[in-house]
Amino acid sequence: MTGTKHITIDGQTVPFEEGQTIMEAAAAAGVYIPHLCHHPEFTPHGSCKLCTVKVNGRSASSCTFPAAEGQEVLNNSDELNADRKRLTQMLFVEGNHFCPSCEKSGNCQLQAVGYHLNMLDNHYPHFFALRDVDASHPDVLVDRNRCIFCSLCVRASHQEGKDVFGIVGRGINKHLAVNSESGKLADSDLSVDDRAAHICPTGAILVRGTAFKVPIGQRLYDHHDIDEVSLGASHE
Amino acid sequence: MSKVRVATTSLAGCFGCHMSFLDLDERLVPLADVVEFNRSPITDIKHCGPCDIGLIEGGVCNAENVHVLREFRNNCKILVAVGACAINGGLPAMRNSVPLEACLREAYLDGIGVENAHIPNDPELPLLLNKVHPIHEVVKIDYSLPGCPPSADVFWKFLTDLIAGREPGLDYDLVHYD
Amino acid sequence: MESFIKQLTEKYQHQSTQLLMILREVQAQYFHVPSQAIDLLVTQLDVPKTQILGVIEFYSFLSATPRGRYDIYISDSITDHMLGKKAVADYLCEKLHTPLGTVRADGLVSIANSSCTGLCDQGPAILVNGHAVGRLNKARIDEIAALIQQKTPVTEWPTSLLQVDDNVQKSGLLLDSHLEKGAAIEAAWQRGLEQTLHEVEKAGLRGRGGAGYTTAWKWHLCYEGYEEDSFCDISVHKQPQRYVVCNADEGEPGTFKDRILLNSYAHELIEGMTLCASIIKSNQGFIYLRGEYLHLYSKLNAVIAERRAAGLLGANILGKNFDFDVEVRLGLGAYICGEESALIESLEGKMGVPRNRPPYPVTSGYLNKPTVVNNVETFVAAAHIGLHGGDWFAAHGTEKSKGTKILSISGDCARPGIYEYPFGTTIKTILEDCGAEDVLGIQVGGPSGTFISNKEFDRKIAFEDLATGGSFIIFNSSRDIFEIVRNFTHFFAHESCGFCTPCRVGTSLMKNQYDKICTGHGSTGDVRELQEIAKLVKSTSHCGLGQTAAQPILTTLERYPELYNAKLKQISFEPGFDLDGSLAIARKLTGRDDSNAHLAQVEEE
Repeated sequence: MTGTKHITIDGQTVPFEEGQTIMEAAAAAGVYIPHLCHHPEFTPHGSCKLCTVKVNGRSASSCTFPAAEGQEVLNNSDELNADRKRLTQMLFVEGNHFCPSCEKSGNCQLQAVGYHLNMLDNHYPHFFALRDVDASHPDVLVDRNRCIFCSLCVRASHQEGKDVFGIVGRGINKHLAVNSESGKLADSDLSVDDRAAHICPTGAILVRGTAFKVPIGQRLYDHHDIDEVSLGASHE
Repeated sequence: MSKVRVATTSLAGCFGCHMSFLDLDERLVPLADVVEFNRSPITDIKHCGPCDIGLIEGGVCNAENVHVLREFRNNCKILVAVGACAINGGLPAMRNSVPLEACLREAYLDGIGVENAHIPNDPELPLLLNKVHPIHEVVKIDYSLPGCPPSADVFWKFLTDLIAGREPGLDYDLVHYD
Repeated sequence: MESFIKQLTEKYQHQSTQLLMILREVQAQYFHVPSQAIDLLVTQLDVPKTQILGVIEFYSFLSATPRGRYDIYISDSITDHMLGKKAVADYLCEKLHTPLGTVRADGLVSIANSSCTGLCDQGPAILVNGHAVGRLNKARIDEIAALIQQKTPVTEWPTSLLQVDDNVQKSGLLLDSHLEKGAAIEAAWQRGLEQTLHEVEKAGLRGRGGAGYTTAWKWHLCYEGYEEDSFCDISVHKQPQRYVVCNADEGEPGTFKDRILLNSYAHELIEGMTLCASIIKSNQGFIYLRGEYLHLYSKLNAVIAERRAAGLLGANILGKNFDFDVEVRLGLGAYICGEESALIESLEGKMGVPRNRPPYPVTSGYLNKPTVVNNVETFVAAAHIGLHGGDWFAAHGTEKSKGTKILSISGDCARPGIYEYPFGTTIKTILEDCGAEDVLGIQVGGPSGTFISNKEFDRKIAFEDLATGGSFIIFNSSRDIFEIVRNFTHFFAHESCGFCTPCRVGTSLMKNQYDKICTGHGSTGDVRELQEIAKLVKSTSHCGLGQTAAQPILTTLERYPELYNAKLKQISFEPGFDLDGSLAIARKLTGRDDSNAHLAQVEEE
């Protein structure tokens, strides 16, 4: 076993390989760290801050922070989970997330993280921001009311060499923009087969014609906690 | 032992949460042994008296909702936001993306098929607020039961916890936002 | 337009890293960035349209919709307010027939607020088409209005209006004298570059931006790479392109000391950069100049040209077979670009969003090459150390904070301006020197620093006590703490880049919550809630902006709990929005005004 390096997460010894982030090491060891903007197949972004852990007492985003020998990581503590719940609530009040009217409901990671953290209300005052819907594309719908700025669509589309999406603007006025002369999705290079059309963790980017193939109540997170779903996916 | 007094109401809601409550079915019988209903669509009592628990369905969309909500807050020891609309405005709050003036114009003045176009202005009618708000933005709320609607099991778990003197909690399967 | 854009992109060699410079010129030409220009730039620069849209929306001084031909920004810093900003702004708007936040119908004038413009010692200040005008009063506004009415270009306005004074009140180690041009570089080569780096280390020089990272280590890491990198092929890691970047984006409200250094000590600054370049083996430097200091842009370029002519920049500097040159790039109004990795993004022609770290800029900075980013004052100090050596510098200051610190003093005092002090100087001494009386408190280090009360005057300016980038705003007892904190809290919400959840959403939540308390609608629960949000934003934010955005709230809550308590209503809860106001539209549409058509904000007992 010489040469294998370890960190501990909540007291549990977790091995890691050089170059792995704390999130990667944790997932490989079957330890779930809540996250929304992280996806194992894309460059870490570090923006949602749900994966904030304490590394030797200091806050760090586990999706971007490199694992290093001997780190003591605190993850599943009451305090950190309380912070995560508040951050999730911030995302809920910032946008317009009306789950009963959203076809992603039950398969939505934002919702699932809320379930996982036992979030029962939105706590903060709502912004009720005015955001646009783009229904121009024949196969894909963009509803900016549900965008949480995780940038997964941006990263996926960039990786596909298309750069269909971008997050533009500053502060609370940030929004998802489409790379086309009209700014409409129909005029962009997006195809329904693009990864970018399927990667959205919420209902901000939806593929048309798939809405209710699986009825509400029988969907992924209706019966499976996102911790097991997430770890299952990363083990595949 | 005196019964736990419960009041319920629906503000800007669809009464779906009340229907879901009635889904308790045969469990309503043992519940009735320990619970007594005050103001509620079930009793048709018009004003809320002193109560232990107030269950509020729906968000706040007009002036009357504010008065009713305050009456509940003043009379209930524990006030509970029941369902998506009470918690975040829900479907009625989807009108928040349309200016109120445009809503009323479309409904009463310019819409297709409108006759005798005029916006109702009888003083008996409650005025609409610019936006639909969740109830926690208007009064202090003690607990929330998410769901559209929360299932009968949610009501059962919550009420039995409270009545037994336990801190109410909902397990994973009972938490839904849809 | 097509030929204009073509010429412009040719001038900047079709480099997408020059996007901000290009858009600045487009904005100046058309008073906005027209959509046709965006489409042309997409082709000319080969960048995604979303990048250009992102930049336009990100930076305050760019606009996708037309601004006035005289585009005026009023500095909204607390220091401007203390000098009568409100009255001045009202008069200006009235005189120019342009309400704040609007564009006049004839398109001649637009007026908007802006964050601190760095003229805190000579405010209230405005920017007109980027040019700073300070000491505003009715007479000067009349003069400005007349010039605008005559359509006189700003560049032809009288110097009495455009003059920005250095205002040095107390000089020390760095401000006392000027270096002979090239003397520090010559001395460094004579001493040996390794030895000179050792002198910088011996000097104990730490970054003057406020964070205080040891300068010599930064330079060393940039040259050597981190220890773990030293396993890679030596030819790879010893020979990369490296960059020297001067952070001249001082945006912290209340700070203006770089303005003086850039204006009158630019030779020392560039000498310091050249020294750094010779040590880390860099051939290209940048000065990232905040857009608010446009008035210094041509001056800096003149100094650069002068140094090129003197063989102090360019190829084969002083015959040492060493090439180095410096380019000035302008910012466009974004406080966040003072954060070094956001600054680098901005230099690359992108939105100023701070990067994830590690990797740090010293190993992966501009264009992912090793990059040293230092504050203006740090480079100036380094130049002096290059000539005089480390011991000379280390003889001043304290054990952990060597040398001197240049402070920008503004607010309630007789003599605002620039003061240079050895580290370890007490607040009491500073207050005496600048003539401050009846002091309530001081914001040391700007909004992101610490608000100290009048019980803390024995504290010292030092990294180990009160660390500061140089902002020092004095408030006397006539000032309202709530208005101060409110101004700062709005500032952070306005300047948040929006990358991470806690800062993007949290700074806006704090702003709204603070407004509620300030306007007398807060209950005890509201202060608890405010404190909770503040702590969350502080502990989970991505970068320094979010981590310090709650400082004004947290430091004043700690020091003045009784003031906060006095603001609170003796009720358990009050709605956060105006209930009766929320019925106004329905009242108007129904023509009703009966008692049922109104709501009390708090229920009558």
